[in-house]
Amino acid sequence: MADKTLLKGTEAMAEAALRAGCQVYFGYPITPQSELIEYMAKRMPEIGRTFLQAESEVAAVNMIYGAACTGTRVMTSTSSPGFSLMMEGVSYIAGAVLPAVFINVVRGGPGLGDIQPAQSDYFQGTKGGGHGDYRLIVLSPATIQEAVNMMFDAFDLADRYLNPVLIIADGLLGQMMEPVELPDFLMPDRMPNHDSWALRGKGTRKKHSVTSFDLDPLKLEEMNLANFEKYRKIQQKEVRYEEYLMDDAEVAFVAYGTMGRILKTTIRMAREAGIKAGMIRPITLWPFPEKPIQEAAKKVKMVMSVEMSMGQMVEDVRLAVSGKVPTPFYGRTGGVVPTPTEVFEALKREWEAIV
Amino acid sequence: MSLSGKKYHSTIISGFGGQGVMLIGQTLTYAAMTEKLHVTWIPSYGPEMRGGTANCTVVIDEEPIGSPVIDRPTDVIAMNIPSLLKFEKCILPGGTLLLNTSVIDREPTRTDIHVYRVNAGEIAGKIGNDKVANMVILGAFCGITGVLSLESVQHAMEKKLAGKKPELLEMNVRALQAGKIAIEGQ
Repeated sequence: MADKTLLKGTEAMAEAALRAGCQVYFGYPITPQSELIEYMAKRMPEIGRTFLQAESEVAAVNMIYGAACTGTRVMTSTSSPGFSLMMEGVSYIAGAVLPAVFINVVRGGPGLGDIQPAQSDYFQGTKGGGHGDYRLIVLSPATIQEAVNMMFDAFDLADRYLNPVLIIADGLLGQMMEPVELPDFLMPDRMPNHDSWALRGKGTRKKHSVTSFDLDPLKLEEMNLANFEKYRKIQQKEVRYEEYLMDDAEVAFVAYGTMGRILKTTIRMAREAGIKAGMIRPITLWPFPEKPIQEAAKKVKMVMSVEMSMGQMVEDVRLAVSGKVPTPFYGRTGGVVPTPTEVFEALKREWEAIV
Repeated sequence: MSLSGKKYHSTIISGFGGQGVMLIGQTLTYAAMTEKLHVTWIPSYGPEMRGGTANCTVVIDEEPIGSPVIDRPTDVIAMNIPSLLKFEKCILPGGTLLLNTSVIDREPTRTDIHVYRVNAGEIAGKIGNDKVANMVILGAFCGITGVLSLESVQHAMEKKLAGKKPELLEMNVRALQAGKIAIEGQ
């Protein structure tokens, strides 16, 4: 086993992105992920990559749009209010069928909110956020090691499907430290080839065109349908989730990111108290792992969602369960992180109500 | 199913900004990593006043760590009175409370936990630098819990202080050892 390094979540994601081949970074600092952009500012010039701090998130996202048109591995990172500012550009990038990677280290909202960990941008990430018919591929890590590995996956998915990929982390994952194993730098021959469409100077080749629009509604519909054919493939092939102690479970928790990790301790507490709890932890928030949740609903007595929000993912959980078993929800909002004991108490209340 | 491995420790380290609580936690975390244990470190972060209270949580285990967020720690290191007031009540029964008595002039109320007292400021002063009080406390903590060897903590400190003056490292090593000696017999 390679030696481990002790890194903060934000710094680990930054270094992993560079190792995954990120050539260009545009961004604007915002807590609780300023260490990520700070790391990029220092590290990227050292290894011959391009870093630019834009004058705002709006400028940054449009720089990403431009760089993505050249097929270059490009990314940004921000936190909730900053990601809201980027929404227009994200919609354009999705419409123009371009690869780019976004990290939203979510903090309490709405509005300016606070700088503490939250998961209240689930709707924004998975249901649109920007205007128009489009989807982002949305990933969410529970540990720093998973976040590191996910950076490679994110760039690969963006390039394979020519679609923006969003990593939803939270302030806790961003600020914590944990030993991680960093994969080696990707060799240039592992980089995707976008010669068939990228805009890098015409020369003698035939004309390339990248656009997010067509004023003829029938042609725009055709573009959108082609995109949705791609989304259908992503839904078939790219669902990722973790099952934790589900074999004999009578209660299935559904939680993602930091909350999914905290729940592992709650589940152990529940099992010591005789409640057979398990968990399905979505790793892709879109495409959402609805099939394993549907399957679980046939076996368990209750499917309980826990989020650092007032309940957003729970709507997808309820769609999947489709009324077969009770689907209670527990959450805290505004940057409050539920503790293992607190969720255990909530579980006991819900469990006693049904048995 | 057991909650965790036998080396499991969840520790909250709390004190005034400037007392070096984050460094205690990070040194502990680094040392745990070199001993091939699983470990997480989370800081309290947010807008703080000068002189406000800061804390961090370190979880060490032989098993992969579930929650890095801890509401019932096995151990608390209190560097000042607000930390004692805030975290004494959370400690698991049978757990450990380590008090920095150079700042804390009152007694805890719990009787179901182990309490250790170290006058870290005075010991650090004798070593020649008040700032190493945090390493005195870290040495004491290692002595109490036995979760990590003083050698790996020393190694972690060398990493943290790489590039600084050698006298500084030497003073920190003496602080660690003095802390361990201070809790002997308690």
